[in-house]
Amino acid sequence: MNVMMLLEMAASGFGDRVCVQNGPEKLTYSELLGAAGTAAQRLRESGAERIAILDVNSLAVPIGLFAGAWAGVPFVPLNYRLTGSELDRLIERISPCYLVVEPERVGELSGRPDTTVVSRDEFVSDSRSGADTAGDWPMEGDDIAVLLFTSGTTGDPKAAVLRHKHLVSYIFGSVEFGSADESDAALVSVPPYHVAGIASILSCAYAARRVVQLPAFSPETWIDVARSEQVTNAMVVPTMLVRIIDAIENMGGADLSRLRALSYGGARMPLTVIERAMELLPDAGFTNAYGLTETSSTITVLTPDDHRVAAASDDWGVRRRLSSVGQALPSVTIEIRDDAGNVLGPGERGEIFVRGEQISGEYLGHGALLDDAGWFRTRDGGWLDADGYLFIDGRTDDVIVRGGENISPGEIEEVILGDDAVADCAVVGVPDEQWGEAIVAVVVLHDGRSLTGEEVQKLVKEKLRSNRMPQQVEFAAELPYNETGKLLRRKVRADLLAGAVSEH
Amino acid sequence: MAQLKPGARLRSAACTTEVIVVKAPPRDVEVSCGGARMLGSDEDRPGAVAPVDAAGEPTLLGKRYTNAEEDIELLCTKAGDGSLAVDGEALELKDAKPLPSSD
Repeated sequence: MNVMMLLEMAASGFGDRVCVQNGPEKLTYSELLGAAGTAAQRLRESGAERIAILDVNSLAVPIGLFAGAWAGVPFVPLNYRLTGSELDRLIERISPCYLVVEPERVGELSGRPDTTVVSRDEFVSDSRSGADTAGDWPMEGDDIAVLLFTSGTTGDPKAAVLRHKHLVSYIFGSVEFGSADESDAALVSVPPYHVAGIASILSCAYAARRVVQLPAFSPETWIDVARSEQVTNAMVVPTMLVRIIDAIENMGGADLSRLRALSYGGARMPLTVIERAMELLPDAGFTNAYGLTETSSTITVLTPDDHRVAAASDDWGVRRRLSSVGQALPSVTIEIRDDAGNVLGPGERGEIFVRGEQISGEYLGHGALLDDAGWFRTRDGGWLDADGYLFIDGRTDDVIVRGGENISPGEIEEVILGDDAVADCAVVGVPDEQWGEAIVAVVVLHDGRSLTGEEVQKLVKEKLRSNRMPQQVEFAAELPYNETGKLLRRKVRADLLAGAVSEH
Repeated sequence: MAQLKPGARLRSAACTTEVIVVKAPPRDVEVSCGGARMLGSDEDRPGAVAPVDAAGEPTLLGKRYTNAEEDIELLCTKAGDGSLAVDGEALELKDAKPLPSSD
C-alpha cells in the first residue's frame, strides 16, 4: 500500500478536477500527479532520505507529500514557527534531507551538510514544469509515509511515525471514493505539520474534493475566502471557531450559507461555543472529530445528526452528547480500562484504548507502542455512554490526585462551563500539604458577566460531589493555548504557582 | 485457492481491473474477474487472456464489492470490463455508508 494509490485513483477518475488551490494558483488531479512524479525524480537524484517542508499551507505541501511517497522517502512537515537551535536539531535528526522552505528563509537555512535547501516557489514551478509519471512507487505498506514532530514542552520533540498502511487504511475506512460534488470545496486552515493538515490532503484527494488552502489564519480572511471560494466544507480547531464566531457577531452576521459541513477537533470544545456556532450557522452540519497524531487523525465522530438530536433533546443523557466526541469509526474499536487493565462498562471513567488498522502508536526510535492484541493506550481519560458515545476527560497525566482519589479535571470543567456566564475554564491540581493536591479552577467570564468564586464552588458541589469542589477559584482574562488550540495546562499551573493569575 | 490478506492487491487476467483486499474471510477462496482467476501482485499475467464474460457488469473505480455473507470486501483501484466473483459467486456492489468529512 502507498498513499500514491489514492492520488492515482483520483487522477484516473477525476483528472481535470481542481485538486488544490492557493489564491489564484491551482492544480488539477492530473497536474498534481505529474508534479509529484517530477519532484520524486529530483528527490531520487538528490540522494535525500527524507523530504522536509518548512512552510505555511502552499501547493508545495501536497506535491511534497506525494513526491516523498513516490520516491519512497518519508515526508516531514516542520513547524514554521521554529527557529535557531530547535530547528537545527530537528534538521540534523532528519538529514540527509531535501528541505523545501519559504523563499525568505533560503539564506538562513542554506549551507548545511547533507541538506538540499530549495525555495518553495522554485520547488513548485520546477515540479510543475514536467509531468514525469513513469516510475513505480514502492508498495510496501510498512514504509514510513510521514514523520510528525510533536510539540513536546519538555525535552526534544518526539517524531510520530505514520506508515503508508496506516494512512491508506484510515482513508479507505472513512472516505468514500469520489463522493464530493464538483462544486464542493474544503477550506484548510490547519498548518501542514498538524496531523489534520496531512489527513485533509488525503481525504479530499480520495473524495475528489477541491482543497482551498489558507496560508495564515485570521477569522476575517477565513470568512472572506469561505465566501469568495464558495466553500462547502471546513475543519477548524476550537480556538479558530471561537474567533470566527466572534468575528461573525461583530460583523452583524455573514452569509456563509454555502458552508454545509464544519468539523472541529484537535482540542476540547466548550459546549457554549458549539451552541453559539450552531445558532449563527444554521445551514452548516457540525461534526466533532477526535483523534491523535498516533491514530492517523480521526477515530471517532459526532455527526451532524448527532448534533441536531442532542441540541433538541430535553433528556440530559442525550443532550450532553453535544460535549462528547461521538462514536468510533466502523473500522476502529474503543475500550475504557482501569489502572489494572480491566475493561470498564458504560458510564465508568478510565483510560481510552483504541485498536484498528489506522493506529500507528509509534515514535521514531521507540517502536510501536501497541500491545500484542494491537491495542494502543491513548493516555487520554474518558468514558463511553450506553450507546458508545465517547466523552473525553483529558490527558491522564493531568489527573488530579486528591487525598488518594483520582479526579478528572474534565468532569469539573464540564460543570463550570455549563454556566452561561463562563466563557472558558481550566481545572488543575496544585501541591497541597494536607491532600497531596488541591483543586484549583481558573475561570474566564464573558464580557459584562459576573460570577463569584463561591458560586463556582457551589455549582460543582451540587452537580458533582463535595470532594470535586475547587478549593480555590481564580479569574483570568484568558487561558493559554498553543497555536493548534491545545490548552497549556502546565502553563496554567506554573502561572498559578508564580501568582501570575490575579485574584478577582 | 488461498487465504486472502487485507491490503493484498489482485489484478485481473482478463481485463484492466485491479482491486485491493479490504476485508478477508478466514478461509481459502478463489477470486475471479471476467471469469478468470485474479493474479497476485507477484504473479505474471499468462500469455493467453481469457475473454471477459459479456453478461457481467464492469468493475467500477473506487467502488467496494462484497459477497452475501459480507465477510469479503474488495475495493476497485483500477476499473475494468470484467465482473468480480468469489468461488463462482458474483460479488455485489456494496452500499456506501457515508461518514461526515472530518478533516
